[in-house]
Amino acid sequence: MVASKHQWKAWLYLSPAIVLLLIFTVWPIINTVRIAFLEGYNGMMVVGGTKFELGLGNFKTVMETGDLGKYLKNTILLCVLTVPLSTIIALLIAVCLNSIKPFQRILQTIYFLPYVTNSIAIGMVFAAMFNTIGGVNFKDSWGIINNVIQFFGGEPIIWINQGSTYAANLAVMVIYIVWNALPFKILILLGGLQSINKQYYEAARVDSAPRRRVFWKITVPLLSPMLAYVIITGFIGGFKEYTSIVGIFGEKMGPADDPGRLNTMVGYIYESLENGMQGQASAAALILFGIILVVTLINLQVSKKKVHY
Amino acid sequence: MNNVPSNVQKKGLKAMNEKDVKKETEKSKITKFLVQTVIYLFLFIIAIIVIFPFYYMIISSLKDLAEYKRSVPTLWPETIHFSNYSKAFETANLGVLFKNTLYVGVVSTVLSLVITVISAFAFARLEFKGKNVLFAGLLATMMIPGELFTITNYITVTKLDWLETYKVLIIPFLVSVFYIYLLKQNFMQIPNELYLAAKVDGTSDLKYLWKVMIPLALPTLISITILKMMGAWNSYVWPRLVANDEAHRMITNGLRNAFTATDGQTDYPVQMAAVAIVSAPLFLVFIFLRKYIMKGVSRSGIKG
Repeated sequence: MVASKHQWKAWLYLSPAIVLLLIFTVWPIINTVRIAFLEGYNGMMVVGGTKFELGLGNFKTVMETGDLGKYLKNTILLCVLTVPLSTIIALLIAVCLNSIKPFQRILQTIYFLPYVTNSIAIGMVFAAMFNTIGGVNFKDSWGIINNVIQFFGGEPIIWINQGSTYAANLAVMVIYIVWNALPFKILILLGGLQSINKQYYEAARVDSAPRRRVFWKITVPLLSPMLAYVIITGFIGGFKEYTSIVGIFGEKMGPADDPGRLNTMVGYIYESLENGMQGQASAAALILFGIILVVTLINLQVSKKKVHY
Repeated sequence: MNNVPSNVQKKGLKAMNEKDVKKETEKSKITKFLVQTVIYLFLFIIAIIVIFPFYYMIISSLKDLAEYKRSVPTLWPETIHFSNYSKAFETANLGVLFKNTLYVGVVSTVLSLVITVISAFAFARLEFKGKNVLFAGLLATMMIPGELFTITNYITVTKLDWLETYKVLIIPFLVSVFYIYLLKQNFMQIPNELYLAAKVDGTSDLKYLWKVMIPLALPTLISITILKMMGAWNSYVWPRLVANDEAHRMITNGLRNAFTATDGQTDYPVQMAAVAIVSAPLFLVFIFLRKYIMKGVSRSGIKG
């Protein structure tokens, strides 16, 4: 390309990026691992000049935290419930959308709307929709969702307020997260569908293959790279679920009578960090990273067998 | 004598076939119509579900509290109360939040664009030792979850005494490896001959960058700008940690702080008005720049 005397120029152009990355990306990787293995590392004590010994103490503390099981359970449940559900719905929508002509563009635009929202702000709208208004015994209003349920002859449910069940809380979170996750998945899957060569479908029509066969034998295999992509990114995002819960339940991360009921791994990391327990936070972040890594590797391994490139 | 019946037979067969085919096509036309109807029905129902929260937000923001609390909800406010919007502006102090967020958004977008452009240029057009290793190293950092960085960055900015300043909201996130990667790919599509020709003419790198590469890569730059601005608008976790004071608070944090009670006592119409105000700029950007957003998102898969 260009003569090597310009080497210094390249480094000059790259210097702002490199300096910032060294401080805010490379150093954090090293340092977070370091303090995770320093016994009881804590911001206050650093100022006091305490030296910390190497050890697994932080990991032990994290493991022994009474609520860790709860956080892990919440995180995994939300992941396992929302990723398959949103992927299947998005696939259905994308396939349907791809098979129509009139209204295709306008519908595609509508489906993309949830993406350009603030997940805290719209979380508050969902909370308002599921909220009951009034005391424990008497409700002024059961909220719009319960009104719809009652309209169809069902019994109202306390979704997120005092006296709600864990299952009801979880259902609200799943609905909100799926609603939020659809736009991206539809966009990717529809893009994939539109790039499938039409000749495959023409060949299937000549053989008069039934729709279902066409779907399973042509559409799904040819779409598998995109499916793998949305599932893997879905799992990675799912394990880091946090702000959507804040959107619905506020920073209490649970209904009024049981704060923290829906807290997740990321929530725990930030909580420890705010309390100055940086060693614990780092250990928890490393554990989370490990989980994400393992799940991603499993996903890749599965997709190696199933994905047709 | 032999020929006649066979002819008749043939004709008869042909006629029957045509009839059958006609019936078949009619049948498949009907099933096709039915399938299309079901598909449209499904798509419209989903569209209603997707839109409903936005509709609910708007009608609720225009009701008064008494109408909002009614046990049988109204689908459109009986009297329209725009006053909720001015109340929301006061309650959540939205003016200051807007100003803070806009400032952080604009400054970080501009600086980030400059850094991204010159870095992508170096990677796409210049030769230097260790280029590929460096680039691979940068890409590798993309796999690590952000929470891991947050912990040490929090310690770093505390030591730098940056807490509760604009700096802390802008500087740590100026460099995005992904944007550099995106723009580099775009720059590489521009033929190198153009650059060499410019060199022969004695054009400086910066002038060439400004006159040739930036105009050609404009769509990517617009996508980056929008995603970056949306990132500032939607950021919540980091600002809450490092700059949650009156003077520097960002809009999402302000919104969540102003309406913390999830039970009973909140003035919901005002809250919904505040949510509508915060959501409006995003929708405006989406309406006018939909193409760039969707293109950017389909390649990045990250929110903000």
